[in-house]
Amino acid sequence: MPELNTSSLPDLIFTVLFFFMMVTSMREVTMKVEIATPKGTEITKLEKKSLVTNIYVGKPNKEYRAQLGSESRIQLNDAFAEVGHIHEYVKQERDGMQERDKPFMRIALKVDENTQMGLVTDVKMALREAWALNLTYVGGKRE
Amino acid sequence: MAKSKRKVPGLNGSSTADISFILLIFFLTTTSMNVDSGLERRLPPPPDPNQQEDDVKVKARNVLVVAVNMYNEISYYYGDQASGQRVFVQDVQPKDLRAVAKEFIANPENKPNMPEFHPADPPLPIFGTPMVTKNHIISVQTDRTTKYEVYFQIQNELMAAYRELRDELGMKSFGKPFAACNEEEQSAIKGVYPMKISEAEPKKYGGN
Repeated sequence: MPELNTSSLPDLIFTVLFFFMMVTSMREVTMKVEIATPKGTEITKLEKKSLVTNIYVGKPNKEYRAQLGSESRIQLNDAFAEVGHIHEYVKQERDGMQERDKPFMRIALKVDENTQMGLVTDVKMALREAWALNLTYVGGKRE
Repeated sequence: MAKSKRKVPGLNGSSTADISFILLIFFLTTTSMNVDSGLERRLPPPPDPNQQEDDVKVKARNVLVVAVNMYNEISYYYGDQASGQRVFVQDVQPKDLRAVAKEFIANPENKPNMPEFHPADPPLPIFGTPMVTKNHIISVQTDRTTKYEVYFQIQNELMAAYRELRDELGMKSFGKPFAACNEEEQSAIKGVYPMKISEAEPKKYGGN
């Protein structure tokens, strides 16, 4: 039996590699807060990733709890933040977008279900001030 | 010294496959394919500081207030208090709100303590100017210590109420649910049942 020619195997794998590089996006941030999103029946998928800006609100991870306590905190990009930072953050993200995409900017609010509404409301008010009005409360699908 | 040209040995490429495999696995682990999903809402623009407060009076019969207190207990009320038509119900579950909201929005029996009907303005495509409850508002009020989970479930039920009403109208008029209708039909249905969930600032409610 003749031996199988494997010289094209690297090219095959490279093709698969490029496919994955194109359809996926890098996981941008390391999570510093624990988030268990609530579940609902009326949810819709977040369509275009390039239009979405994430804001995380949840309980700080174990290693930060000694300093920050276990009350919910806001995380923007890789760092903990206060409500006052949201305006600047949204502005930065919006400046990085293409001009035609700017009106369709959408904020994905990932909030832990045990968070108190006071903090969520403050975040919402900050978003209104920053004119980021398209909002999605991120949640899972409930059957 | 040997004058003859030396032959360069061919590079062994048998490990390229392994290298690209490693790259592939790296990308598989560091990227995320899953897309988030959630409830889509639109916030109102920021309040205008020059605007006089309370210059927009809303009739009590047009407002359904869903209030959650610090113990995560839900209550709702609507109707005018002065004329004794107020309906006030305490201690409801989120799932009960769907039926309440549906009846309130559609007001099928034209009750005096539910939203009043006005002809649609501007005229809707296909339907023209049917009588619609276009001035109704559903307001969700929370305490600062209310759990987000409860708020999310309330929002979910209210959106479900609108979706069911729109689906019912779609089935009745076009024989298909709202999502399957074309753009013109959808905008007509939306005109009959406009989504009006108020994202007002929270009030102090029930304690502290």
